[in-house]
Amino acid sequence: MAAPTLTRTPTSSAEPRTAGGGDQRRRRCRIRENLTAYAFLGAGLLCFAVFSWSPIVRGLLLGFQQVSFAQPATWVGWENYRRLFDDPLFLTAWKNTGYFTLLALVFGFAAPFVTAVVLNEFRHARAYLRMTVYLPVMLPPIVTMLLWRWFYDPGPGLFNNVLKLLHLPGQQWLESENLAMLSLVLVSTWANMGTTTLIYLAALGSIPGELYEAAELDGASIRRRLWHVTIPQLRFILMITLLLQIIGTMQVFIEPYVMTGGGPDDATVTVLLLLYRYAFVYNDFGLASAMSTVLFLVLGLFAGIYLRLTRGKG
Amino acid sequence: MAVTQGRRRLIAAGVACALMGGLAACGGQSSEAGKDGVVTITVNGMPPKTQPVDRKYFEEDVKAFEKSHPKIRIDAREGQMDPQTFSAKLAGGQLEDVYYVYFTDPAGLIQRGQGADITPYVKSMAYYDDVKPEFLKVFTGPDGKIYGLPNGQYSLGLVYNRDLFKKAGLDPDKPPATWEEVRQAAKKISALGDGTVGYADYSKNNQGGWHFTSWVYSMGGDIAVRKDGRWKAAFDSEAGRNTLRMLHDMRWTDDTMGSRQLLQIDDVQKMMGAGKLGMYMAGPDNIPTIVKQFERKYEEYGVAAMPGGRATLGGGNGFMFNPKASPEKIKAGIEWVQWKYLNPDRTALEDKRASGNGVPIGLPLDRLFTGQAQAEQDAAHAMYSNVPQGNYKPFVEGNARLEQKVEPPNAQQIYTVLDGVMQAVLTKKDADPDKLLSEAAKKVDGILATVK
Repeated sequence: MAAPTLTRTPTSSAEPRTAGGGDQRRRRCRIRENLTAYAFLGAGLLCFAVFSWSPIVRGLLLGFQQVSFAQPATWVGWENYRRLFDDPLFLTAWKNTGYFTLLALVFGFAAPFVTAVVLNEFRHARAYLRMTVYLPVMLPPIVTMLLWRWFYDPGPGLFNNVLKLLHLPGQQWLESENLAMLSLVLVSTWANMGTTTLIYLAALGSIPGELYEAAELDGASIRRRLWHVTIPQLRFILMITLLLQIIGTMQVFIEPYVMTGGGPDDATVTVLLLLYRYAFVYNDFGLASAMSTVLFLVLGLFAGIYLRLTRGKG
Repeated sequence: MAVTQGRRRLIAAGVACALMGGLAACGGQSSEAGKDGVVTITVNGMPPKTQPVDRKYFEEDVKAFEKSHPKIRIDAREGQMDPQTFSAKLAGGQLEDVYYVYFTDPAGLIQRGQGADITPYVKSMAYYDDVKPEFLKVFTGPDGKIYGLPNGQYSLGLVYNRDLFKKAGLDPDKPPATWEEVRQAAKKISALGDGTVGYADYSKNNQGGWHFTSWVYSMGGDIAVRKDGRWKAAFDSEAGRNTLRMLHDMRWTDDTMGSRQLLQIDDVQKMMGAGKLGMYMAGPDNIPTIVKQFERKYEEYGVAAMPGGRATLGGGNGFMFNPKASPEKIKAGIEWVQWKYLNPDRTALEDKRASGNGVPIGLPLDRLFTGQAQAEQDAAHAMYSNVPQGNYKPFVEGNARLEQKVEPPNAQQIYTVLDGVMQAVLTKKDADPDKLLSEAAKKVDGILATVK
């Protein structure tokens, strides 16, 4: 009994040393083991620094400069921001973008969800239907836009001809201030809903069948099953797609650029379209950078919410 | 295990090195030539491979130039000045030494110091004194220095479909000379039915503002004028109101402008190429585009001078020089531009070579010179003409009597505002011209306040 105690004493006094040496060795060993990881991490961080973070920082700085790229840039303080807020189109662009985002949420958020729920009920031709829904995503955006411009053509266009068949008056889809934004949202929804639908379908597939069986046994109708089983089960994924949708739709550009050029009467000028004009039509990169900083901050807010929501669930 | 780890580490190191190496290479500068006194210059404006004939001729010209100028090497690139990449190319040191620009660009480029001053080198350039002063003015800065050379020119007129004119009972050799005649002709053409549009115009992506400017010029008005050293908007005028009244009446009263609006140049060219459009405002340079893209014939189209008999908008293109280029490169670049583009001595040779290969010769374009030099070029074009020059007679004769006006300062910003005016009158039946013009004038005054 004593021996172990006796032997333990010197050992215990020596323990910190031995343990310390072992720790160091282990740490060194761990570092060596992880060297590969550090190398990859370093390369990755370097890539981000060069291609992602440095342009962001440079963009922030450009917002306070007047630049020509031929001569050194001059610092102008808040001048670009002052000019930005003075531009009457600045507010119009944000209002229009907000309106687009709102409409896109009504259509773009509901349509894929409903489609996914309906598609999930089909027992036959599932693969075919999924492909059909996904097909528009595979079209290059410019092709989609040109195709829809023909749909919207008030003369020989598809939509007005359908309306004519139904004895309804034709519409000025893109030419009317009231309809133009809605028309752009419809194109955007059609073009992008395939991806979201597939995400919902995957999520629907992961809902345990027993929940539905139990609900059915309790005599729940389809509507009740949807309300009490499907939606609660999909709540997290719905929240994520909602935020992604907000971040995505706030950057709408190609639809107004190709289809309306911001018209009629600035009804479809969006933040990104205005930013594009500042940068590439007026060649005013300082002003464009100030605008992009404002957009960055607003999107950053939503991205922050997204990160917070996904943190625990990863 | 050790081997695998070692190998993994090696790969990781390799990836990191490759990235570092790649980045280092990105920062590299192209070397300045000149060991044996040979200057290499990069130039753009080379036709793309999709235009094999033009490309072949360009390459032949490069060879011929290098032969006659043994101390200069040409490194030719495709493309022209693209606003989307211009600043990035300049910032990254990738901009060509000699770059192609439209007449709308030089003022801004000069103001921002993005073009080299070539004044000391042009004085000795052959035919420099023969270049029309109004085109050199486009490349002259507020400091009186020269920053570029023109190489192409157009004035807007009325491009029309001769076949549709005939079908509508109009004389294709006597196109409309006033806007009222345009209105009447448009009515007859639209009456052909089957989606035929009498007259179409642009209203999108700044092209509406560009054409509104031309409309106002043709009505005897102005977009911006300089008074006491300050620029002010000038289109809130009788000319501006007449423009909007005419457009409104053609669009809404006569219904001769089609129901689809928010058009831009390619939409309208498509309508013309499909044989569904009677007339639109354009320069003669539009005809080869329509003929090539839609496989039409030159005989089908005519060009009339800008209706109204007052003035027309003129534009064009030219070359400017990289502000970071050395004097040797600028000198070599000027040699190239003069030899290739401003050279009456080579006109006959080039026309002869091109005339049999579908390259249009004889369109009323590119009259860049005055006096004898222009006469020589005209004679060569007439000799090798392969397009129906008679179809352009109304344009050539009428255009000579019109005042040629250039675009207003800060044109692109102003056009954004004027796009809205065009859109309003073409998409809203109850658009109020007075209100539209006065509101737009206020905005344009703000834009012009920054012009020095």
